[in-house]
Amino acid sequence: MTTTTPALSGPKPLPPPTSLQQQSSAQRAPPQPQQQHTGLRTPSNRKTIYDRNLNRTRTTELSRASFAYLFSEMVTYAQKRVTGIQDLERRLNEAGYPLGQRLLPLLLYRTSTPTHPAPRPTRILPLLQFIAHTLWRHLFSRSADSIESSSTNPTEYMIIDNEPLVNQYISVPKEMSQLNCAAFVAGIVEGVACSVGLGCAVSAHNAGEEGGMWPGKTVFLIRFEEEVVKREGAGK
Amino acid sequence: MSYYFCIVGTRDQPLFELEFGTSKQGGDGIARFSQEARHMNPFIVHSSLDFVDEMQWTNNQMYLKRVDQFASSHISTFLTPTSTRFMLLHLPHPPNTAPQSTASPNSFPPFTPYTSTPASTTTGSRSSSSSSTSIPNNPTSPQTEEAIRAFFGEVFEVWIKAIMSPFGSVEGKLGSPVFRQRVVAAGKKYL
Repeated sequence: MTTTTPALSGPKPLPPPTSLQQQSSAQRAPPQPQQQHTGLRTPSNRKTIYDRNLNRTRTTELSRASFAYLFSEMVTYAQKRVTGIQDLERRLNEAGYPLGQRLLPLLLYRTSTPTHPAPRPTRILPLLQFIAHTLWRHLFSRSADSIESSSTNPTEYMIIDNEPLVNQYISVPKEMSQLNCAAFVAGIVEGVACSVGLGCAVSAHNAGEEGGMWPGKTVFLIRFEEEVVKREGAGK
Repeated sequence: MSYYFCIVGTRDQPLFELEFGTSKQGGDGIARFSQEARHMNPFIVHSSLDFVDEMQWTNNQMYLKRVDQFASSHISTFLTPTSTRFMLLHLPHPPNTAPQSTASPNSFPPFTPYTSTPASTTTGSRSSSSSSTSIPNNPTSPQTEEAIRAFFGEVFEVWIKAIMSPFGSVEGKLGSPVFRQRVVAAGKKYL
């Protein structure tokens, strides 16, 4: 997962070795008091998040171990403060939601070129494809395993992942067998879909069979609101 | 041309406002809205949000181009994927001289858009002769459309950087002076 953490506090800059740098630091010095006056605090290297290139972390990957550690801490933190499994899943979902809101514009920005701006996924199918391919590839370096639509309910769609990365190091106790910590990923999906204007609720369900090929198979069930499906039908 | 730029959140709340003037063709980058126009601008922009809401589902581009016109003010819109709207109101400088106000008595608005007509006769004659398609004078030309696209593209990038902060909300006010500085720079560069 991508983070754009600004270098908020760096070590003090070393004395500049060349005269050119000395000159530039001398030029920089005067505005300092004024900046303090306006209440704007900038890091010592004077780089803000606005100076960072958005494509800088495009191909970099984070350590899986550190992610697993952080995620297990998140689950533990949430678990201490809830009354039941549903509550826990809701908390994880809420933790993922803002991530989806932010990833949507970022990923569309990255897939755009000046001459061919990426279109906004305003309809259900392009949106699902965006989630299952672009988003999944960004988060997990691979696409989701399949997209299905419910045969009984026209408002329901499913994205299926045979082996969710977030569940890799999580063993759910027997008495909580309903729990699926991929609710966090469901929250991300919900954040993406809702912020584009296709209101929906997303939940993660265990669908693996004991002894089957994919015991950790997870179905992300996306229930769109009635209006969304109606609008989809009207647009055809 | 004078510009009024506003970022509007999904609940129609303004998140960021900026007024600036053209920097092309010797412009000084200062908005020349009259006092009245300055008050009217937010209303004009707000009223065109309805058009944007309609176009949101028929047009899947982010840049919706010119969506609305009120008197001589034109409104261009950029719709981010999260339905935050960048609204740019642009008002061309009047042709060159005073009779402009009496030329069309039936048209809106009743107010005169400028406190003073910008400029000496020399710039006036130059612009009228050379620049029916240039950015500062013709809000409907393809050149203007492209310039605004480039401006929005740059603001979009800065806006993403702003909302990436995990400590703020996507719907929060954009109060960072660095953000403002970047938007002003983009305006200077393209418009």
